[in-house]
Amino acid sequence: MTLREAKVGQTVRVLKLHGEGPVKRRIMDMGITKGQQIYVRKVAPLGDPIEITTRNYELSVRKADCEMIEVELIP
Amino acid sequence: MEDKKITIALAGNPNCGKTTLFNALTGSNQFVGNWPGVTVEEKHGKLKGYKDVTIADLPGIYSLSPYTLEEVVSRNYLTQERPDAILNIVDGTNLERNLYLTTQLVELGIPVLVAVNMMDVVNKSGDKINIKALSKALDCEVVEISALKGTGIKEAADRAVALAKSGVKPVPQHRFAGSVEHAIAHIEEVAVHGLPEEQQRWYAIKLFERDEKVAEQLGLDKTALDHIEGDIHACEKELDDDAESIITSQRYDYITSIIDGCLARAGKGKLSTSDKIDRIVTNRILALPIFVVVMWAVYWIAMGPFGSFLTDWTNDVLGGEWLTEGSRAVMESLGAAGWLTGLVADGIFAGVGAVLGFVPQMLVLFLLLAILEDCGYMARIAFIMDRIFRRFGLSGKSFIPMLIGTGCGVPGVMASRTIENERDRRMTIMTTCFIPCGAKMPIIGLIAGALFGGSGFIATSAYFIGVAAIIISGVMLKKTKMFAGDPAPFVMELPAYHAPTAGNVLRSMWERGWSFIKKAGTVILLSSIVIWALSSLGSVNGRFGMVDDLYEDDALVTEEYVETVANRMGIPAEEVTPMDDSILAGVGNFVSPIFKPLGFGSWKPTVATVTGLVAKEEVVGTFGVLYNYDDQDGEAELSEEGDEIWDRVADDFGSFSGGHGKLSAFAFMIFNLLCAPCFAAMGAIKREMNSPKWTWFAIGYMCVFAYAIALIVNQFGLLFTGAANIFGLIVAIVLLAFIVYMLFIKKYKEADRLTVK
Repeated sequence: MTLREAKVGQTVRVLKLHGEGPVKRRIMDMGITKGQQIYVRKVAPLGDPIEITTRNYELSVRKADCEMIEVELIP
Repeated sequence: MEDKKITIALAGNPNCGKTTLFNALTGSNQFVGNWPGVTVEEKHGKLKGYKDVTIADLPGIYSLSPYTLEEVVSRNYLTQERPDAILNIVDGTNLERNLYLTTQLVELGIPVLVAVNMMDVVNKSGDKINIKALSKALDCEVVEISALKGTGIKEAADRAVALAKSGVKPVPQHRFAGSVEHAIAHIEEVAVHGLPEEQQRWYAIKLFERDEKVAEQLGLDKTALDHIEGDIHACEKELDDDAESIITSQRYDYITSIIDGCLARAGKGKLSTSDKIDRIVTNRILALPIFVVVMWAVYWIAMGPFGSFLTDWTNDVLGGEWLTEGSRAVMESLGAAGWLTGLVADGIFAGVGAVLGFVPQMLVLFLLLAILEDCGYMARIAFIMDRIFRRFGLSGKSFIPMLIGTGCGVPGVMASRTIENERDRRMTIMTTCFIPCGAKMPIIGLIAGALFGGSGFIATSAYFIGVAAIIISGVMLKKTKMFAGDPAPFVMELPAYHAPTAGNVLRSMWERGWSFIKKAGTVILLSSIVIWALSSLGSVNGRFGMVDDLYEDDALVTEEYVETVANRMGIPAEEVTPMDDSILAGVGNFVSPIFKPLGFGSWKPTVATVTGLVAKEEVVGTFGVLYNYDDQDGEAELSEEGDEIWDRVADDFGSFSGGHGKLSAFAFMIFNLLCAPCFAAMGAIKREMNSPKWTWFAIGYMCVFAYAIALIVNQFGLLFTGAANIFGLIVAIVLLAFIVYMLFIKKYKEADRLTVK
């Protein structure tokens, strides 16, 4: 699954980052790297983007970019 | 060593308290500018208590990647100017991500001092940071500070200066995986052995990441690059990932490995105050109502009764009565020549007044924006509004400039300062002035009153056209080469909320206000003088001079002469005013055919359009002068009581458009709403674009767009009233087809590299 499919309140682990170029680099620079845990905190009132918590801080990511992040659910 | 000038660069993530620290270190001794060629702010300041120490405040960055403007500006500064030391400010409440930048800074071969900020918050939360362990893990000095409370700042500054003098560089402690280190060692040998030893590692790692900008800078030939490529490729194959990701991942893995030794977290999972606030403020149901209330408050305070009182007072009393009339009285009492009095009072001081008029309201607005930014809500605005605005190539933060733009375009354009991404900001600047501002209201009122029987539909349509212009322009422009240029990743940090500090907020307000006065002020002043000269100078019956003075000379203004002027302008002889002989009227008469396809190719609306560049309400003022031939004072009231003039306006529009008065008046209104804004707004655009090319592009685009839309409306209107002009209609169809093509057919393509340097 990708981060886009994760639901609010779920915690996931990053398996792989797809794509390339600036957006991917930016996502990684912000600390979303392989093996990292991500908590899906909330969805913006208009449905996009989403707010996640990773490395103890909050990040806003667009759903389109979430598709680049392959994750697995942590129960 | 004692007398050597020292430069210390201040580097850190956005929202880590860098600005607060910079202000604390330098006090009022700052020089604010822009980095060459870009709108990223460049700040320098003298370190308090030292004579020869300069602090350079770099933009807030997360990394030294080649993809964002701020990062490129920063790393160019660090690698090319090579400051004597780097003061790396690190947010203690967010250590992991902040140290990611540190791992890159220590590779540059420049002495680094790490200052862990927000120690007061860290201590309060119960977390413990082991400074010694951190210092050892990074091989650089680490100090604890709280920029907000002002603790540890003096020590940090002293240590940084001492470090800069000693020149002790950190030895990067972090080693990548064996195969990566192998490749890096190889790259050092092949490509960068000519550089000083301490700089080699940084360049080698960048080459490993396939950083094009570094490869270009080093001027490597193809054989060397191919050689390196072999190493990188082998490494990527072994680790099953691309080179950039390998480096980034391993940096973070390294940080994760040292963080446990340096940081002991207390109370995990407990909700902080910031979290509690955020639960409510960006709540799925409450977020939008709260957003509306906040925006309403900002608008009401800045643009409502209080804001307009300030502006009216500075314009009418300070600018109008004191400066303009006062200077006129002084000049007259000194017995100065009429033209000189006019130049000083109506040209210079009226121009200064126009600049000053915006300042108080602008300061109020900047104060509110600074509070929104400082407390962390600005990032939430982008979060809430992103979905709507990004479709038009704008940022969620574009909402504020547009909202303020309904009051006045000048602070609207200046409010775009809060948008970090340069492309979004440029787009916002270009489109903000399409919103009908307060000064355009009289134009709408005049057209609606004179030709449409005061129909409210006209005002509604004006707003509709404004919003449509923003959307159409946004979608079209983002597909053009100029905007497709730079990538714009929207992965945004949502910083913790905290109470804004008076010092930061006031300083930010003052810096922005002052930069408006300085940069925009010159444009406004100069253009006011030019328009004044054009409208008061001219030649009367062969004599050149001030038209008002010349008209008092009966020997010049003979009945025959008045007759010729009346003929030239196509008006009855008794309507001739001195202004008909001004250069401006001449120019208006000459260029008016340009507006023929739009339906108002007559000199009066043309002159009104030109004077509208001074201030949009001048359009109505000029109509007042031009259509008000009974009242020789020229001070016509054109507002609610201006019915007689409305009739004359309606008659004139009807006659020169061949019976399509409503249509041509509507096209006139559209053109004036959308075309180049007033000089004040142009000054603001120039200030914010910080580039002549972009300023002219923005203003040119607005004029062309306004022309195209007014032409399409007029020509199709003529078609429906059965008076189509074949040639005009063809042009209208072509223009419309082009817009439709840009909107729906042309594909949007995002570039994958930054075009700067």
